[in-house]
Amino acid sequence: MALLEVRDLRTAFPSKGGMTPVVDGVSFDLERGKVLALVGESGSGKSMTALSTLRLVPKPGRVTSGSVKLDGEELLSLPVTEMRRIRGGRIGMIFQEPMTCLNPVVRVGAQVAEAILLHESMSKADARSRARELFVEVGIPDPEERLDAYPHHLSGGLKQRVMIAMALSTRPEILIADEPTTALDVTVQAQILDLLRDLQQKRNAAILLITHDLGIVNELADRVAVMYAGRLVEMADRVSLLSDPLHPYTQGLLRSIPALSAPGEPLPEIPGVVPSPDQWPVGCRFSTRCPKRFEPCADQFPAESNPGVGRRVWCHAVAESAGEGAS
Amino acid sequence: MSASAPNKSRDPLLQVSGLQTWYPITQGMMRRRTGWIQAATDVAFEIAPGETLALVGESGCGKSTVGRSILRLENPQAGEVLFEGRDLLGLEAAELRAARQHVQIIFQDPMASLDPRMRIRDQIAEGMQSFGIGANEAERTDRVAALLERVQLDAAAMNRYPHEFSGGQRQRICIARALACEPRLIVCDESVSALDVSIQAQILNLLRELQDELGLSYLFITHDLSVVKYLAHEVAVMYLGRIVERGPTARIFESPAHPYTKGLLGAIPSIDPARRGAAPAVLGDVPSPSDPPPGCHFHTRCPVAFDRCKVEAPPLVKIEAGASRCFLSPDGTAIS
Repeated sequence: MALLEVRDLRTAFPSKGGMTPVVDGVSFDLERGKVLALVGESGSGKSMTALSTLRLVPKPGRVTSGSVKLDGEELLSLPVTEMRRIRGGRIGMIFQEPMTCLNPVVRVGAQVAEAILLHESMSKADARSRARELFVEVGIPDPEERLDAYPHHLSGGLKQRVMIAMALSTRPEILIADEPTTALDVTVQAQILDLLRDLQQKRNAAILLITHDLGIVNELADRVAVMYAGRLVEMADRVSLLSDPLHPYTQGLLRSIPALSAPGEPLPEIPGVVPSPDQWPVGCRFSTRCPKRFEPCADQFPAESNPGVGRRVWCHAVAESAGEGAS
Repeated sequence: MSASAPNKSRDPLLQVSGLQTWYPITQGMMRRRTGWIQAATDVAFEIAPGETLALVGESGCGKSTVGRSILRLENPQAGEVLFEGRDLLGLEAAELRAARQHVQIIFQDPMASLDPRMRIRDQIAEGMQSFGIGANEAERTDRVAALLERVQLDAAAMNRYPHEFSGGQRQRICIARALACEPRLIVCDESVSALDVSIQAQILNLLRELQDELGLSYLFITHDLSVVKYLAHEVAVMYLGRIVERGPTARIFESPAHPYTKGLLGAIPSIDPARRGAAPAVLGDVPSPSDPPPGCHFHTRCPVAFDRCKVEAPPLVKIEAGASRCFLSPDGTAIS
């Protein structure tokens, strides 16, 4: 049994014509001590998938069906008070913009101590010394001094380290990291990625990493799930996905990264734009932009095919070529 | 000293030298000046006609200030900005307005630079009208249609409003608006940074096509080095208000000279599955530009800094293909 099992998760927002789905039947496993990356462009539903597993979908949106099991226990039907114990307890969270998650008028040491006290009973002094240990662990220089700093005294990189310290304070089994380095400069990003990799190994925590950047996927992930317009299109281990992508969307995404193309050549584009949720095609969501589109794509949703160990792809073209290979 | 430009024979379109833009820090009712934010100091570079110079660096390095100073959206204290031989910094208001026709800017967030209540047609035609392009309204409308088609939008888009478009489409509209004034130089300030990678590729290809077709020059300001590799002929790397290295794009990427450039390039996460887990080369955070470290501004984070770097600021010295602001030569031996 996987540590976190997500099955056929659906999340929708009310609109004029009823409920408009933003996450539309997503299933994946997060194994203990592994890093699973959910990758996609804006509007793919990757962040909403993460928020749905935590039951943090902003109103009026809601999870309409599916199952999220932590160690076999269904989270979607859990009483609110128990769910609150799990969030920031067994599941820690790191978001993109640390400034919006930290209280600007409370010293950061006190904020971390408060997070600890919410989940464990101990004296304030003990909580503070735990916060100090965490600051050391996440590589904050002069930790004693920094405990008494306000968020605006800290640089973006240090604020993100404080957020990581806070997320780790309850020894979570799962860390959900939503674009944890997107707001940071590239030299600081490299430091935070190094820290996350290090902590993940030392603490053997599982990470659900949400990102738009395949470079970050390569730095951290064990497995990768690519999302497009509310659905998974491909899932594989990191090396297979980056070296041998099968879904035309994954292929296009990798090819359009400027670093890979030769100077002077035009960049391979994915034509068109991601359709908005009220304009999703009936069949394969990528069919409006796909270079390999053929007859069934627009009308029929592709079934999952498994072309290789641990590989999952939702594509008619891949399924057909696999079928040909078998016959 | 100048970086080796591929077009030495031709006069540069833009020649910036000694540019300094500092912002005063004021305090109290009397707005007493208590310090300076040293956003850009001693900045010098050239852009040849039809070429792209990328100005790269992390947040707070002053790259946007330089772009804005060239258009005089900021007021530099010192320096020269020669555009086609004329110093933009010395122009009177009316002359400056006329000169600005040929220097346009495209920002990161197209939604913020388009007027939400104005039809696309009028936003694009506005600049034409003020510079006397097109004899009458009908002619300008035709030109708007042609421009929209040139940036691969439907001409009918002119009757719509900005909110009806996606981010990538809005950036195309901003490009069409910049082109309307027949520019020779376009300052692109993080113009593709907010876009998804598949859309970013479309816009980069468009910018390149337009350059080939119209002979445009770009000052391409960005924090994203992978984009630079694709688009730029030359690169200038900034750190805390100063250019620390300059040179042709291929040389910068293949053999970066300055320790900061090396660190910056090494920090880009690779998508090569065989490469991962490199230890970060540059530690710590960028210091504040209001209180830059003495000596070489980079010495607090530099992996190869020595005593001299802490007290003495290295000059920008010529190296093979470009220039670097470091006491060490690219191979690590001490120079000067």
